[in-house]
Formats: sequence, C-alpha cells, structure tokens
Amino acid sequence: MIEKNLEEYKGIAIYAQQVDGKLSNIALELLGKARELANDLDDKTVTAVLIGENVGGLTDELAKYGADRVVVIDDPELKDYRTEPYTQALAGYINEFKPEIVLVGATAIGRDLGPRTSARVETGLTADCTVLEIGDFPLVAAPGTEQKHKQLLMTRPAFGGNTIATIACPDHRPQMATVRPGVMQKIAPIADAKAEVINWKPALEKNNCYVEIEKVVKEVSNVADIAEAKILVSGGRGVGSAENFKLLDDLAEVLHGTVSCSRAVVDNGWKPKELQVGQTGKTVRPHVYFAIGISGAIQHVAGMEESDIIIAINKDETAPIFDVADYGIVGDLNKIVPLLTDKIKTALASKNA
Amino acid sequence: MFKIVVCVKQVPDTAGGVKFKADGTLDRGAMLAIMNPDDKAGLEAALRIKEKDPENVKVTLLTMGLPKAEDVLIEGIAMGADDALLVTDRVLGGADTWATSSTIAGALKNMEYDLIITGRQAIDGDTAQVGPQIAEHLAIPTISYAKEINCDTENKTVEVKRLFDDGYMMVKAQLPALVTCLAELNEPRYMTPGRIFYALDHKDELITVWGRANLDVDDSNIGLKGSPTKIAKASDKVAKGKGTTVTPESPADAADYILNVLTDKHVI
Repeated sequence: MIEKNLEEYKGIAIYAQQVDGKLSNIALELLGKARELANDLDDKTVTAVLIGENVGGLTDELAKYGADRVVVIDDPELKDYRTEPYTQALAGYINEFKPEIVLVGATAIGRDLGPRTSARVETGLTADCTVLEIGDFPLVAAPGTEQKHKQLLMTRPAFGGNTIATIACPDHRPQMATVRPGVMQKIAPIADAKAEVINWKPALEKNNCYVEIEKVVKEVSNVADIAEAKILVSGGRGVGSAENFKLLDDLAEVLHGTVSCSRAVVDNGWKPKELQVGQTGKTVRPHVYFAIGISGAIQHVAGMEESDIIIAINKDETAPIFDVADYGIVGDLNKIVPLLTDKIKTALASKNA
Repeated sequence: MFKIVVCVKQVPDTAGGVKFKADGTLDRGAMLAIMNPDDKAGLEAALRIKEKDPENVKVTLLTMGLPKAEDVLIEGIAMGADDALLVTDRVLGGADTWATSSTIAGALKNMEYDLIITGRQAIDGDTAQVGPQIAEHLAIPTISYAKEINCDTENKTVEVKRLFDDGYMMVKAQLPALVTCLAELNEPRYMTPGRIFYALDHKDELITVWGRANLDVDDSNIGLKGSPTKIAKASDKVAKGKGTTVTPESPADAADYILNVLTDKHVI
C-alpha cells in the first residue's frame, strides 16, 4: 500500500447516494451519524459528496440534514450508476480533498462503489456497519504499542449475525465504512440551512472498465417502506396462511402501523420480499414491534432488536423471540390478536369521545 | 480456449443452526464446512456457459484457504469444473478483504482468464468486498449482483442483469471482466457419482497447490500485516436483556395485558 501522510486527512465525508435525482434515505442517515461523530473530531466539517447528472438541486436538502459542505460532481457520464465513472469520481474526491473518514451506504450501489473505491485509494473498508464511534485503538493501552486516539471504531455483525466485531483502520486514510440502511438516525431537519457548495469536476477517463448500459428497469413497488414505519405488526410462520394475515392487517390499521414479516413468510409466498425483516431482509427500528407467530431466529432478531418496544405473541413458551421481547405473551395469536384489535378500537373511541 | 475462473470459498454452514462451545464462543469445528452458496451459483453459471461449447470452454476453480479447503474444490470438480487451484500458505492468514483480494489477484495475474466469476458475498463474513476489489487490482470491469449472465464466448463480451434496490439494469462489458453473482441466480446441479470418483481419483493432477512464492503480489499487501483494517474487539453476540414473559389465563387477559402496555407507553 502507498504510504500517506495521515495528518493531511481531515473532516468527515459521506457519499450522498441519489438515484434519478432523488436522494436515498441512507444519505440523510449517514449525515445524521456524521454530525454526531464530528463532535469528537478536531475538524468538525461534514461534507456530502454528491455524484450524478443535474443533481445540483439537492444541495439544500443535504444542508437541511446536516451537511456543512456539499461537493457536487456533475457529469453526463454519471447519469446512471456505473461502477467505473462513479469510482473515478469518489476516488478523485478523496485524493483531492483528503477526508479522514468516508461513509457509504451498504446498498446495492454502495456495496459495489465502496470496495472498488477503497481499493483504488488504497485504504481499508469495513462492510455493513451497524455502530460507529470515535475512540482509541487499541481500545486499551498496552505497553510497547502506540495507542492512537480519535480513531473511527466500526462495529459490524458477521456470521449471519451470530458474532460481532469492532474494527479500526489505524494506519491508513481515509477510514472507510459502508453502513447498513435503516440503522443510523437522521437529524431533525434544520429549516433554511445552507451549505457551502463546491462544484468540482475531475477528469473522467473512459477506459476498459466502462460498461454499456443496455436497459434500465425500475420495479417500483407500491408496498409500504417498513424501514420508515413507527409501528410494525410483524408476522411469522405461526400466522399459518396468507389469508390469516388479515388479523395482522386489522391490528396494524387501528394502530396506523404497517405489516411486516419474517423470512419464512416470504419463502411461503404469503408476503412480498419488501416486507421482510432480518439479515436477508430489512433492518428496522420502529417505536413498537409486534412479533406475532415469529419464533425469533437469530437472522430475524438481527433486523429488529433495536426496536424501542418489542411485544411478542407465540404459543411456544420456549421460542427464542421471548429472549429479546420486552413483553412476551404465551398464547394463541388467532384468539388474542382479534380481541386486541377490538379492545384498541374501543379504547381509542372512548378517548376521542 | 475460453477460460472461466470461478472463485469459491469454504465457509461454515450456518443454515443448520449455529453451534456454540460451553464458554459461549462459536464452535466452528462442530459446524459443517460447505461451498459458499453465492459461489456455488457462480460455478453453476460457469458450467452452463461451458455446456454450450464444452470443447472450447474451460472452467477452473480458485480458492484461498487452509489445506482442507481442497474439499470444496473436489466438490466443484465433481459438479463439472475442469480443474482447480488452491492457494494456501501460513503467511496469507489473518487477511482482511484488501489483503485477500490482493492475494487472489496475485494468483490471477499468473493465470489466464477471460471471465472471472465470484459470489457476491460469503456467509461467514458477509462483506461483498472481495469480488470488486479483485477486479480493481486487475484493472478489469466488475458487474456486481448478477441475477442473469449471458456470455458471448466468441465476441468476448458478457451481458448481465444487475440488480439494484429499486429494479435492475442490463449491462454489457468487454472481457476480461469480473461478475459477482447472487445465490438466486440459479439452482446449482448436484455432483454425479461418476464425477465424484473421477475428482477423488485424480485430485492430485486436477488440483494445483500454490504458496506465497507463486503469487504476483507485494509482501506489504498479504496476510495480517498487509491488512489495513484491524480487529479491536470481537465477541459472540450477547442477546439483549430479557424482558417479561407472561402466560395469561385467557386470550382476553392477554389482550388486556398488551392494551395496558400500549397505554402505559403512550402508544395509544
């Protein structure tokens, strides 16, 4: 690896992912985290790197969610996401502006752009992080080894969520991480916020790594975004059938919540993949998470354990879901859920009366 | 001859449940070692390309790992791969994705290839980084998240259905290129008894073993020392504190209990 002067690298940058001129949620989540991390850094500047074609109009939104500075890289070659020109743009930004931290969303784009960019600028990359902090490396000072301060400590699950590791990149810059969508919190938007906007144009070199896009197909789904829901009513194999999800639909409706599900439900074809919570589905952290007829496989728990309040209903008292539930109820969901829906209706009606 | 190299990894099987030792750490020894599912789909994709022109397409497996990783190479040959290369050396241990991809690229630089196929990610590390990083070290195009691969072995191009979170793209690249693929790409074939015997009987001729000396890579980019990321702390996951579990006498009691929680917490 090339030797770099680590002192030159300052401030924190996020890749502001946009698709078709619309910022992805992850961009705002990364800004929220970056703002928080910046408090513990010497240079507190948070930069959003915005790459695309005709994307200049998005800078105010980035400012509103915490960007001090937006570096805009606008070029017709960057209209749709392609690995090579986007890598040239992001790597170009890193080499020119030298941020000490670069965060990228662990999306289908970021998990392609991140590794390619980190390899090009010759630094480490930690995948799919769920916790980011600033701290010492090594965590505990040991005689004979230098303890470095103000390092990015990146925590990630591995082994399908069975193990967890905290990783640092002490000798190379920037420190890079991809971050799992739905885990970090956006800040409350600051009205009228303005960021310093830098329009920067690296020379994009059309080389052998450019690919040809033959067709772009959007599969727009009209399914609710479960990562955004405040109340999730989630069902598992124990619900028994697609038809029986009606019980959960009704409960979700009175609570103004959204229905989600476990992997078994998707595998059985009862609900679409977009509603799946867990390691191979989405990570969610609603205010209330109902786990109904969900046994609580570790892969499922990995996607919902950060919920504020977890209420589980299962007829099997040994189900592992009860190990993570704040409130566990052993019983028959077929009887409990409709009764609960009725009682909530009654309670709300008397409250509003 | 059109040459496809499929990168595979031997991983512990997490699907059959994860085993823990008495002290709560993961018991890797007690878990079955399998070919990583995304990689197996990659091998199947390569074998389907070979089927169209068996005489002129050669499929070679490449893995880096402990000597026992030979098992997945035998399995792959028994599925239909022509031969395999095992990269194994103590000095390569402890590698992160930068060092792993540098090492595998170091082997590929001494091999011939038109198309490289890797799995999107391995089920033990879940990083999805090694494929794109190998391509970067080789300065060839990557297409990640392949759901469909159409290879034109005569004109040396590959067309891929590349999945995104909101749809897909049909993308075409000039070869050589690297494609990372999803387990959903296909249904991998089974080994045949004949191929199993063939692979076992001829494994010494079919599987080449390379060590550090055979690789075109700098010492500063391999193993634990060549890994820019360092582990500060690793632990098996601790379940969050257990809450309250109740077994109400009747469904009505259960519903009342939940209603109280929702009221107490100001949800309703």
